[in-house]
Parts: sequence; structure tokens; C-alpha cells
Amino acid sequence: MSADEAVGRLASGMTIGIGGWGSRRKPMALVRALLRSELTDLTVVAYGGPDVGLLAAAGRIRRLIAPFATLDSIPLEPHFRAARQRGTLELTELDEAMFMWGLTAAGQRLPFMPVRAGLGSDVLRVNPQLRTVTSPYEDGEELVAVPALRLDAALVHLHRADAQGNGQYLGPDPYFDDLFCEAADAAYLSCEQIVDGAELTSAGGPQSLLVKRPFVTGVVAAPNGAHFTSCDPDYGRDEAFQRAYASAAADPEEWAAFVKRFLSGDERDYQAAVAAFHEREKSTEEKGAKGVGA
Amino acid sequence: MSAASAAPGSPSTPTSSVTPPAPIAPATRAEYAVLACAEVWRGAGEVLASPMGTVPSIGARLARLTFSPELLLTNGEALLIGDTPAVGARSEATEGWLPYRQHLALVATGRRHVMMGASQIDRFGNQNISCIGDWSRPARQLLGVRGAPANTVNNPTSYWIPRHSPRTFVERVDMVCGVGYDRAAAAGPSATRFHRLPDVVSDLGVFDFATPDRTMRLRSLHPGVTVEQVRQATGFELVVPARVPFTREPTAAELRLIREVIDPRGLRDREVRT
Repeated sequence: MSADEAVGRLASGMTIGIGGWGSRRKPMALVRALLRSELTDLTVVAYGGPDVGLLAAAGRIRRLIAPFATLDSIPLEPHFRAARQRGTLELTELDEAMFMWGLTAAGQRLPFMPVRAGLGSDVLRVNPQLRTVTSPYEDGEELVAVPALRLDAALVHLHRADAQGNGQYLGPDPYFDDLFCEAADAAYLSCEQIVDGAELTSAGGPQSLLVKRPFVTGVVAAPNGAHFTSCDPDYGRDEAFQRAYASAAADPEEWAAFVKRFLSGDERDYQAAVAAFHEREKSTEEKGAKGVGA
Repeated sequence: MSAASAAPGSPSTPTSSVTPPAPIAPATRAEYAVLACAEVWRGAGEVLASPMGTVPSIGARLARLTFSPELLLTNGEALLIGDTPAVGARSEATEGWLPYRQHLALVATGRRHVMMGASQIDRFGNQNISCIGDWSRPARQLLGVRGAPANTVNNPTSYWIPRHSPRTFVERVDMVCGVGYDRAAAAGPSATRFHRLPDVVSDLGVFDFATPDRTMRLRSLHPGVTVEQVRQATGFELVVPARVPFTREPTAAELRLIREVIDPRGLRDREVRT
């Protein structure tokens, strides 16, 4: 299916989980499709990166459930920061491990998971809905009961998949994309390339087959679909573009120009605008080099 | 299992007896800070050293190349590195796989000693990296709590603060991310069971919580720093013993490792001004 078809299955007000981590292997083509839609009032569940930033800047997020929002090589996600400082983003701030066990509980159809993480911290103060649970065994330990992070839908991006929804990662880290899919009522998996089953098993060992088809509703072919986040080994993070994104985000007029230039058309327009951006960077660099030589 | 005898980079290079060694420039403030960070991992055992920041990263490598060869280190991503390259250089050997899901789970095993940064830290060791001001609408949104709550109640957690100031060493933190001694005690035995904050290292000295009420104490001054200077840069009343030692001198071998092997580009001087 196309990215727009996948997003067409979603509805305003839904709880949407987004895979990847920070500015790494984010399903950006699906996020861009979401930005082209009318969907709003979303609860977004993510180890946040520019996915969160873009959706927050467009006013689509009602509540964010996350332990952070970062661009990795740029520590603070600028749109997330601005939205928080304006007071326009409701936040459920969880610890990274609490988040993982919340997703795990959702996939395992459990109401919660007991964790030590959170005890003594202000995560419990700013989330008064969180409860503790006492061990029924001799130790009697009182632990945090992280509620299941059940999702209406999950969006993830992997390197390869077959048309049935078996998804493969070829990078160093699976992140939590399988957990997102298992925690969701419907999962949409975009990938660099749709291949047949034989190609999947020749590209990597069986342990690279991360996502299983019962947990995937739709597969979307999205080459360069994680751009500008990293998708190693297919491509690294586009640092020059990320810098341009972050600097535009700091100023409303510049941001409007950025949106017009990169986000006003469809995915093909976006990829063409990115190519043009790099052509321009390259010619500026060459001119600069000539200047030094003269 | 530890393979200490085959430890990477064991300093076994024989010194030449022909040419006398060139005189070694005295240690800089940044190098005392590196040494103090390295000391955090002395005797830590076969655990993952998780340094955050440049100076702790140099310190963890120094510890592994000298007195703590059994430490594990990552490449900052999903791999455990088998060699000990310079900071910022590429590792050429892998000894294990540690994707985020395993890293988060490793924290709960306790086999890790993390050195985190802090935007704010108070006298009981509560740490804030989330936001400045009222959490519901912060004056400055920072990183978010990240893994600080889990770290502090599961594995030993030390802190590195490159610029010691009253804005960082505060009376009360705005958001408790990393749990301090008072908050852990108030939360009960499940919070205190594995809670331990061994050291706080700054550009001025080394601090710990070895006091009866678990408040922060000045343990050593980096040479060139005075007690008065530390007091003025600290926004709460610090416990200062009658006699405060200086942070120990690095050996010639340690200085050589820092300058020539681990940080030949001098990245430490960007984090700590001499």
C-alpha cells in the first residue's frame, strides 16, 4: 500500500506509536504522509526524535508519551522544546526502561509490568496516575506498576520486508520496532525495499527478521523513507539537512519557508527537494573552495 | 569471565634506556578531571562503564588501559568494543552486542557503573536533566528524564559536571530525574536496595556522600583550587572536612596514555578550561 493509504486507515484522536529511537530509523515517509493528512488530536508514543518535532510543530499532537525527544547529534529537539515552553504539549514523561516495559506489557496483553525504575523520582510526581504494586512473595518489595502502552496503531521503518509483512533490520540495533508492532491493534511497516522471502533470508541471518507478519497490517515501499534520520547500513543520518531543519525550527519565518520548500508536496517532491538541497550545498562548497584557492 | 591477562592495551611497552625521557609537562586541570573520572571505575569489576561526556569517556578508557582492564565499553551505539581506541576514533574490534533493549535490561542487572551529567544537582545527589522551572510549563525544556530514574535505583551512578557553578549545584533541583539519597530513603527499601552514588567529579574537585546524613562532602580539590573557590561555586552548604587532600597526581604513564593514546586531539580541553 502507499504511505497515504496507510495513513488513511488512521483517525484523529488515536494513540499512535512511532518506532526508531531519537534521530535513528524513524518512519519519516509515514510521518510526512501524516503531515499531509488532516489527522490531529493524536497521542504519540515514541522514543522521540524529529517525528515528534514535525508533528508538534504542525499542532497534531495532543499528548506525547516519551522519555525524551532528541536529534542525537543535536541534543535538543527544537520543536519539542518550543512546544513544551509554550505549554501547548501535554506530556507523559517516562523513564526509558519504563517505556520499554510498558510496550512489552501491551504486547503481552498484561495490564502492567513491575519495575524498580521511577521509585524516588519525580516521574511519579508528574504522572499521578502511576501506581505501585507490592510483591506477593516474601520479599514484599514495592515496585512501580508501569501501565501497558497499548497503541491503536504503530508506524515503523525497516530495511527490507516481504509483501506479507515479514520485516528485516540490517543495522546494528533493532530498536523497539517489533514491540511497537506487537503493542498495536494495527501496524504499518515502511521499508527501503520490498523483496521476496528468499531475498530476505539471503540478506541477513534469521535473527535479522525482526517483525512477523501477524503483527503487520500494511507494508509500504519507501526508499530513503527514514530520511533525514539514520538508516545504517543503507544510509547514515543526513547531518547537513538535520542542521538546516534545526536552524529553521528556531525561527517562525524560516520554518514557514522550510515547510514550503520541503513539506508542501508529496514524498516524491520531498525527495527531489532534498536532492536539490544537496546540489546547492555542493556547489556552495565548491565555490567556497575556489575562493580559498584564489 | 574476565581475561585480565589478555587485557587490551596493557601498558607493557618497555621504556628505552638509550635516550633519556623528555621532561613531562605538569598535569592540566582537564587531566586531573580525567584522572578523577577514571578513579570512579577503580575496582568496579567486570561491569559496563557508561561515561557521558568527553572527560568521563577519556577517564573510562584510561581506567581500562591501566587499573581496571576488565571493564566493558561501548562504541556509543550497539557494540561492545574489544579494543580501546582514542576518543572519537573508530573501534576496530567487537566483543559483544548491546542494542538499546539489552542496555536498558543490563541496567537492572546492576552490572554497570554510569557517569551521567547534570543540569542541576543538589546536596543529596538528586539530579535534573529534564527541564528548568515548573515542569508543567518549563522555562527551559532540556533532555527529558531519559534513563536517569532507572539508572540511579539499579546501578552505581556517578556524576560529571564540567563547570562547577551555583546554577548547577543548587539547593533543590526542579525535577528529580536521578534519585538522591534523601528521596531514595523516603521511597523505601525497594528504592534504596541497589541505590549508590559513589562520586561527583567537577572541574574543581571530587565530592562524595560519605557523611552521616548522606549530604555532599568535598573529598579532594584539584591542585590549584581552594576550598573558598568551591564554596562560592556551590549553591548549598557543602560538608568540608578539616583537612582536604588534593586529587592525586597522575603518573607519567597515565599522562602519556591521556595525551598520546586516548586523547591526542586534546578534546578534554574543550570541556574543561585550564
